[in-house]
Amino acid sequence: MITCADAVRQLWQYLDETLEPDAREKVGEHLAFCRQCCGELEFAQLLQDFLRDRASAEELPAEVRNRLERFVAELKP
Amino acid sequence: MQDEANATMDRPLTFAEVVTPCLPRLYAMARRLAGGDAEDLVQEALLRAYRAIGQLRDENSAAGWLGAILINAFRDRLRSAKREPVEVSMEDFGDFSLYRQIATEDPFPYSDSLHLDFMGLFGRDDVRAVLLGLPSIYRAPLVLRYVDGYATKEIARLLELPLGTVLAQLHRGRKLFERSLWEYAESEGLLTKEASR
Repeated sequence: MITCADAVRQLWQYLDETLEPDAREKVGEHLAFCRQCCGELEFAQLLQDFLRDRASAEELPAEVRNRLERFVAELKP
Repeated sequence: MQDEANATMDRPLTFAEVVTPCLPRLYAMARRLAGGDAEDLVQEALLRAYRAIGQLRDENSAAGWLGAILINAFRDRLRSAKREPVEVSMEDFGDFSLYRQIATEDPFPYSDSLHLDFMGLFGRDDVRAVLLGLPSIYRAPLVLRYVDGYATKEIARLLELPLGTVLAQLHRGRKLFERSLWEYAESEGLLTKEASR
């Protein structure tokens, strides 16, 4: 059985489904009985959603758009 | 008017017509990867795309194609940077867990949604500042995976790194991000501001 520290270290990969099947099974077994690590897992998911939400909106300022469009228009072979 | 529209549909799109709709997405990616150098990075990607436009087989896949070119350009910049990339040892983190840190420090004693309240302290500018404070080698896989949605194998291919290296960078990047969120909240007084409400 793996420790809480081992389980926590692998939670994001567990969510990402990038763990090897054996490691995934061990984390799953640990989560089945460890309430603390289930809290960590929920938080890891929350943090992923938070990161996507807060970092995805990057607006293209009008003056930058204008400069980039001019740059494209001036490209020559 | 109709003839003009038909003529546009019959001819291949110009380079400008292909890339212009993709500019907002490209710029957003570049901001996350390169911060203040975003515009310059987009220009470099556009120049590369212009030279390689013959490789684009399907105009409908232009967004993905341009995104890959932008990531390649960023990767090349990282490689040619004079400074060695800042590597962070896992020993620096100990077993830091933001989840436990928030629970232990308990910045909102009367809250029954402690962790959500902590994340509610951060606006988009705050998260941008935290991300841009991370070393590039950790920030890039983190944003490509969790914001832009690239699979880890795809990130490894685009950054020309072994998959194991990307997985290790992602792990460190996540830990760094967690610790940096806490440190940022402390240094910017977000916790005290909230507590004094």
